[in-house]
Amino acid sequence: MNRRISCLAAIGFMLFCSRTWAELVVEITKGQADAIPIAIVPFSSPEAAAASFDVAKLVSDDLARSGRFRTTDRKDMIEQPHTGAAISFDDWRRLNNDYMVVGQIQPLGQDRYNITFELYNVLNRQRLLGYQISANKPGLRLASHQVADMVFEKILGIRGAFATRIAYISVLGSLPHKDYRLIVADADGENPHVVMQSNEPLMSPAWSPDGQNLAYVSFENRLPSVYVQFLKTGERRRVSAQAGVNQAPAWSPDGKKLALTLSTRDGNLDIYVLDLGTQALTRITDDPGIDTEPQWSKDGQSLYFTSDRAGGPQIYRVGTQSGDKPRRLTFQGSYNARPRLSPDESQLAFVTQEDGGYRIATMDLRGRGDVQVLTKGHFDVSPSYAPNGAEIIYASRDRGRGVLALVSADGRVQERLVSSEGELQEPAWAPF
Amino acid sequence: MKRILSVALLIAGAALLAGCPKKHNVIEPPNAGSQVSGSTQGEGASTSSSALAGDAGTQGGSGMGADAPFARKVIYFDFDKSEIKPEFAAVVAAHARNLTSHTNLHMKLEGNTDERGTREYNIGLGERRAQAVRRALMLQGVTESQLNTVSFGAERPAVEGDNEAAWAQNRRVELVYGP
Repeated sequence: MNRRISCLAAIGFMLFCSRTWAELVVEITKGQADAIPIAIVPFSSPEAAAASFDVAKLVSDDLARSGRFRTTDRKDMIEQPHTGAAISFDDWRRLNNDYMVVGQIQPLGQDRYNITFELYNVLNRQRLLGYQISANKPGLRLASHQVADMVFEKILGIRGAFATRIAYISVLGSLPHKDYRLIVADADGENPHVVMQSNEPLMSPAWSPDGQNLAYVSFENRLPSVYVQFLKTGERRRVSAQAGVNQAPAWSPDGKKLALTLSTRDGNLDIYVLDLGTQALTRITDDPGIDTEPQWSKDGQSLYFTSDRAGGPQIYRVGTQSGDKPRRLTFQGSYNARPRLSPDESQLAFVTQEDGGYRIATMDLRGRGDVQVLTKGHFDVSPSYAPNGAEIIYASRDRGRGVLALVSADGRVQERLVSSEGELQEPAWAPF
Repeated sequence: MKRILSVALLIAGAALLAGCPKKHNVIEPPNAGSQVSGSTQGEGASTSSSALAGDAGTQGGSGMGADAPFARKVIYFDFDKSEIKPEFAAVVAAHARNLTSHTNLHMKLEGNTDERGTREYNIGLGERRAQAVRRALMLQGVTESQLNTVSFGAERPAVEGDNEAAWAQNRRVELVYGP
């Protein structure tokens, strides 16, 4: 059977951005004991210098970073085949590799390259994948993440999320002159770009479902407003600037509405839904407590949110149809806040207080509501699911500095993304 | 079995999504607009704005000492609390007197929290603290239209540091005279 699908897409114009941000370095702090051994053999490159890009290293880093794979060190590779035909399977099996990836990168001229790769099961010599990806030079990084995504999905049956992006807030400088930046970067922290900069606080970035817009809170003029910014052009518009609080934007699944937190004249915070087309505001909650941090269910019919109506903050769910009575979901502990739904809605991630620290926990939504605390830090907040649900990115503290960290949704793998400068806050993982 | 899937990626498009937007550098000077300068400096003498200084004279010279209630423009709170502690009653009273006797004056109440907890919930706590001060001032006769609140939650700490000494300095409402 020979299946050849050839999709040609116009490689259009590229906008060139100067690298505007210190890169993040990943440190795996807790690996998975039964990680799958895989060898990513360096790709041959007839004109290696032309591309000067190490596809295999990036693929290997991605897979290792997931914690689910243990990648073979290059110096332990006895040979470096570039095609399936050249693999001596017995040798690779003796080195305890279950899988291996071989490939090539070939210049096509005019700054374009072809990446060819194959994934093999070393044990039964079966070829599991054979793909060719073409990219221009700035696209080689994304193409490499795509290779990692395909390998990840083929072996684990879970869609890879390496070729996705994250947004986060970075704070530079010291009091009283701070510089707040909203950054968009690749999921591995590379390729960071400043999309908004202010010397008043920026907060709560939220991706639109199509990944094209970010909603966020900006305190420019020392008052909070909610903005929506179109990333392609940088154009932005102020969508909420009511008197009082304008906070915590959350996109509806159809991208047409924002749930947000507004306050009445006497400072009572409640959840509202703003129709971005008509500007119509619908009040969802009405309680003297603090109601905030809304998050939509996938069908758009309910909102999960934080409320301290019963004393301390706890998580509730309410229907978006008027008159629905909120139902409390968390009962363990005195502080449970900022809910985020996993993409398949099987679990809820949130911040819980335990032993005096703030940590990331999940609650099983399908079974008996079991709660699992995933992290051990003291300042772990702002959880955000990867679009494949396999990992949660969150804000943590490392030696007094704000850092981003990752934990697998089952808690078995933990990593830190370490930036060379700035306090990093409020990561938000983009959709696929 | 040979499966070659040739995918020409929309690399350029994706790179565009990643964003090379025109930079929106919102360059507001730290004390943009008509805010009283130096509001983040808390009790610092420099926070005496022209508006306040002008009116302060009528309050009597004794009110101008650095420790006098009227010179203090920050009210501190206990952890997770929004009740005004007794030691700040005199501060509230002094500013209430100033505002009631000078009804052309306006005040912004900036609520803040320490860094613990979630960011958006802290916005709620900061607002609750600002509202507590607003209510206390109104109980002493200040007109509603003279007062505005804003909550920065944990986003604008007065002091850096993850220890109780720093947190205590950050759980506060700043009283900012303005237009």
